[in-house]
Amino acid sequence: MAVIVRIPTPLQRLTQGKEEIEGRPGSIMDLINDLDGKYPGIGERISEGGKIRRFVNVYVNEEDIRFLKAEETEVKDGDVVSIIPAIAGGI
Amino acid sequence: MSFVRGLKCRECGREYPVEPIYVCEFCFGPLEVVYDYDSIKKVMTIDKILSRPKSLWRYRELLPVDGEPVVGLNSGFTPLVKADNLAGVLGVKQLYIKDDTVVHPTLSFKDRVVSVALTKAREFGFDTVACASTGNLAHAVSAQGANAGFKRFIFIPATLEYSKIVASLVYEPNLIAVDGNYDDVNRLCSEIANKYKWAFVNINIRPFYAEGSKTHGHEIIEQLGWRAPDNVVVPCASGSLMTKIWKSFKEMKEIGVLKELNTRVFAAQATGCSPIVAAIKSNSDIIRPVKPDTIAKSLAIGNPADGYYATKVVKESGGYGEDVSDEEIIDAIKLLAKTEGIFAETAGGVTLAAAKKLIETGRIDRDKTTVICITGNGLKTQEALVGHTGQPYHIRPNLASFEECLKGIKKGGQ
Repeated sequence: MAVIVRIPTPLQRLTQGKEEIEGRPGSIMDLINDLDGKYPGIGERISEGGKIRRFVNVYVNEEDIRFLKAEETEVKDGDVVSIIPAIAGGI
Repeated sequence: MSFVRGLKCRECGREYPVEPIYVCEFCFGPLEVVYDYDSIKKVMTIDKILSRPKSLWRYRELLPVDGEPVVGLNSGFTPLVKADNLAGVLGVKQLYIKDDTVVHPTLSFKDRVVSVALTKAREFGFDTVACASTGNLAHAVSAQGANAGFKRFIFIPATLEYSKIVASLVYEPNLIAVDGNYDDVNRLCSEIANKYKWAFVNINIRPFYAEGSKTHGHEIIEQLGWRAPDNVVVPCASGSLMTKIWKSFKEMKEIGVLKELNTRVFAAQATGCSPIVAAIKSNSDIIRPVKPDTIAKSLAIGNPADGYYATKVVKESGGYGEDVSDEEIIDAIKLLAKTEGIFAETAGGVTLAAAKKLIETGRIDRDKTTVICITGNGLKTQEALVGHTGQPYHIRPNLASFEECLKGIKKGGQ
């Protein structure tokens, strides 16, 4: 078991086309650093200076991390993390 | 012929060719269509605009399509109503309602964006169109997609008003009701859009789709006699409409149609979902997402994608923002109906109620020209008014019964 991370299309070039990859439990930033080790470059696309970029939304088990503990949110084995670019709708 | 130079990231400025893409690969910033305004200026004159049919396509040089438009040939060019009765009640001199309760064919401003999105989807060669919607967009994609011969997948929050569901189903799209709020639907759709090669109008077609909103602003300029209003009040959900109205005003100046631009732009939200206005009021550009709780479902986006840019527009133009309660929304819907004969959906109640507050608090100058943007028809959200209107007078089918009733009306009626 590991943390499952869903990768959006714009980042799949960095993951050899994989839509889902596995990561290590810990805080969201630990997870991103771990992914960056395996797939170099992915960290700077998602984050900047230890913070998630403004137009990136991160969900843990379908909940926006800004409703949890933001970058300090802890993820454990079996959790599903989705990385999704902000998208428009409504008015 | 197109005057589009390409797509450009609003954050880092990287440029991309015209493709069905919507985020920068490097920083995830949103992509925006950029135009060659110098060339547009040479060909797009006031006389040329006036010579064209009264639809949103009369500003076509400022829209991101290459060939002839194929969708929405009758959409747009809605009335700019001089609202003297309402102005009297609010105590202002010059008040206008930009009335998108009557956009062809589905009675909301979403017909504008969908006209552009589906024309572009056809140019890209898609056979299936899709959207995540709070209702109005579902109607526009269902209807205009039917007319243009697209397969349609429409994703809505399952809690949507029943009347809005029926008004989609009648066009026979594939309607998918998702357990969750709009933000949940949106998140799901972005994952579906990753997997299925469809034209999601508000995802991979977004840069083109969103440009259609500009025509609401272009028309305001034309209908005011080629000048910009002093104030414009715009409802905000994602913040997209507000940023595009501001863009439309700026580009009308850029191409020389507008001599001056001193408009202040004001944001309107429901208190139960006001992440943009909260940021404006605290003089910040950090948008804190919220869980929406308001009767204005078409504005219930707790995680507004263009919220950051909406706060920039307010700051740049010297505007402000205001939020209003559900009760104020209902009162404003009724006020607009009884003064101007216009029945707006709940979002329209939000906009008018916010405008009223902005006038009362002196943020909007009573002596200046103000335009209130009303974006959808009240027939779509009638449930919101149940228990908040008067009742009919019930009589028997004879004259005596009517005259008995009339006595009561003369005593206390309207």
